[in-house]
Amino acid sequence: MAEPLLEVKDLKVSFRTEDGVVRAVDGVSFAVGQGEVLGIVGESGSGKSVSMLSVLRLINDPNMQVEGEVIYKGRDLMKLHKDEMRQVRGAEIAMIFQDPMTSLNPVYKVGDQIIEAILIHQDIGKPGARRRAIELLHQVGIPSAEARVDDFPHQFSGGMRQRAMIAMALANNPDILIADEPTTALDVTIQAQIIELIDKLKDEFNSAIILITHDLGVVAEIANEIVVMYAGRVVERAPTRQLFYDPQHPYTWGLLGSIPRLDRPKLERLHSIEGTPPSLISLPEGCKFRPRCPHAFDKCTEEPELRNRVEEHAHLDRCWLTVPDKRRLREETISGEEAA
Amino acid sequence: MALFIVRRLIGLVAVLFAITVLVFLIFFATPGVDPTRSLAGRNPTPETIAAVRHQFGLDRSKPMQYLLMMKRLFVSRDLVSYGNQALLVVPAIASAAPVTFSLVFGAAVIWIVFSILTGLLAVILKGTIWDPLLMIFALIGISMPVFWLGEVMNLITQDRLHGTFLFSWVPPLGYVPLTQNPWQWFLHLVIPWFTLSVLYIGFYARVLRANLLDVENEDYVRTARAKGLPERQVLVKHMLRTSMITFVSLFGLDFGILVGGGALLTEVVFGLPGVGQLTYRSLVSLDLPVIMATVIYGAFFITIASALVDVLYARLDPRIRPA
Repeated sequence: MAEPLLEVKDLKVSFRTEDGVVRAVDGVSFAVGQGEVLGIVGESGSGKSVSMLSVLRLINDPNMQVEGEVIYKGRDLMKLHKDEMRQVRGAEIAMIFQDPMTSLNPVYKVGDQIIEAILIHQDIGKPGARRRAIELLHQVGIPSAEARVDDFPHQFSGGMRQRAMIAMALANNPDILIADEPTTALDVTIQAQIIELIDKLKDEFNSAIILITHDLGVVAEIANEIVVMYAGRVVERAPTRQLFYDPQHPYTWGLLGSIPRLDRPKLERLHSIEGTPPSLISLPEGCKFRPRCPHAFDKCTEEPELRNRVEEHAHLDRCWLTVPDKRRLREETISGEEAA
Repeated sequence: MALFIVRRLIGLVAVLFAITVLVFLIFFATPGVDPTRSLAGRNPTPETIAAVRHQFGLDRSKPMQYLLMMKRLFVSRDLVSYGNQALLVVPAIASAAPVTFSLVFGAAVIWIVFSILTGLLAVILKGTIWDPLLMIFALIGISMPVFWLGEVMNLITQDRLHGTFLFSWVPPLGYVPLTQNPWQWFLHLVIPWFTLSVLYIGFYARVLRANLLDVENEDYVRTARAKGLPERQVLVKHMLRTSMITFVSLFGLDFGILVGGGALLTEVVFGLPGVGQLTYRSLVSLDLPVIMATVIYGAFFITIASALVDVLYARLDPRIRPA
């Protein structure tokens, strides 16, 4: 990777609650370069969304504490004045959210909400912004955009609303588009369309994309690099091909095994990862995946660091197993129920 | 829209019919209110009583009496008070209504402005000592009975501090019509306006704050912030706008109730000859024609206000607009 556009270094986000401190994100680092797609994968509660929201400083919780650096074009976003941060939001780093049904304000026309986004950062006047809004709606595939621009959100379907959200996010040609589970709330057929759209627009707008999802299948097609998160940590980070062909962490195997595949014999049931993610208030000693890991051994009571252990130097993981052991054991997990 | 108005008008007539029948029945079901007594003067002979009963139609059947009263109220408009036969009910209401309007409109402007400011300020200052402090003030405002507050205001502005520069401008109690002298109209109403609005400022500020805090966690507020919108605009354009829905529906009803005679206590305390005071007097003397007229007047405004709220509602929330 050349000079990264956005680099997150050792990000830690915690919340004070009545039950104790919740370490939602604990030492996460990743980077994304211009025009690249970074996939961030993990279960609900693994810290994916929280880390992205804190990159944009969109969490307004007095009980939250953030540490770490977010370097964007040489500036640490964590240290910017809130007015400077506002200039970054929407203009340079834009974000779309999980639920398009609730992410648009129900009382304003879709077009007006896009126009608003344009006028915050560009001085092109209302008629100009309106023309641009129509053009954007057209680009994201809204039919008869000239008419639909004056519709209210409730007159749009879920897929159309997510398209409108994407149009709004791209309104100021951002360098980075963060998509937080953009397809989770949508029908399966619409999901594929939205992902294709994001992939297409990435080239048209030359934006980098950070795609958060809990579905490895969603990012397989379009991501250059994938970060797998578990319990607020990165457990594996690798170029996409590498992650799919040589996954190193048992949690990643579990995720891969839970995707239905057409190129393997049909199983009775899909693999599922036993147990539930740990409580972020009282995390287990050592490797955080240990209680759910079928291959855990003595050494796992000590937490492994995230580092390179295979030939491909960009491939990092957090697992004590030797590489040959991993390669042997994982086949059982990914391809068959019998391993479990 | 035309259909909406027609539906509302039918509703209005139904409400008025129901409420007048109810008032009529309650009146005649109440023991010891035979109006003949007050109508016939002192120590009437049985002949006088019979004559009076006949003259006022009180010897007819109850449904007939009801119809007669409605006819004299709406058609011939010559219904007279049982207590004071020189008092024509319809003109009495017509002359009292502007006083009540003046009082309630002014108070409404004050309470809208101040409750929105207080609610917004409490949300902006959340996490500081000012937020709970403002809410305690609001609670105090709600807890003060308006008649008591009014008397205290009178005590201060008319008596104790009237000699000082602070309140030397306060005119004596009473009312001056807007058409006669706008400045005096204003001066006479300033203290009543504030007195009446205190309760509503407190109440509406608390409701608005609660709504704003609810809305703050909505996804679209996060979207607005993610666009890079300044915090002030997020608050006013995105949070306040959607929070106003509860505010407006409450306002419509409260406003209707007050215009319809609910500002009674304030009017009595400040000697304002409005509909509330008319209602108050008629209730004290159980004067059915006046009670009937003021009730109809009140019901009319409450119904109109709730219809207006529905129209405004649709303006505020496009989801409930008819397609």
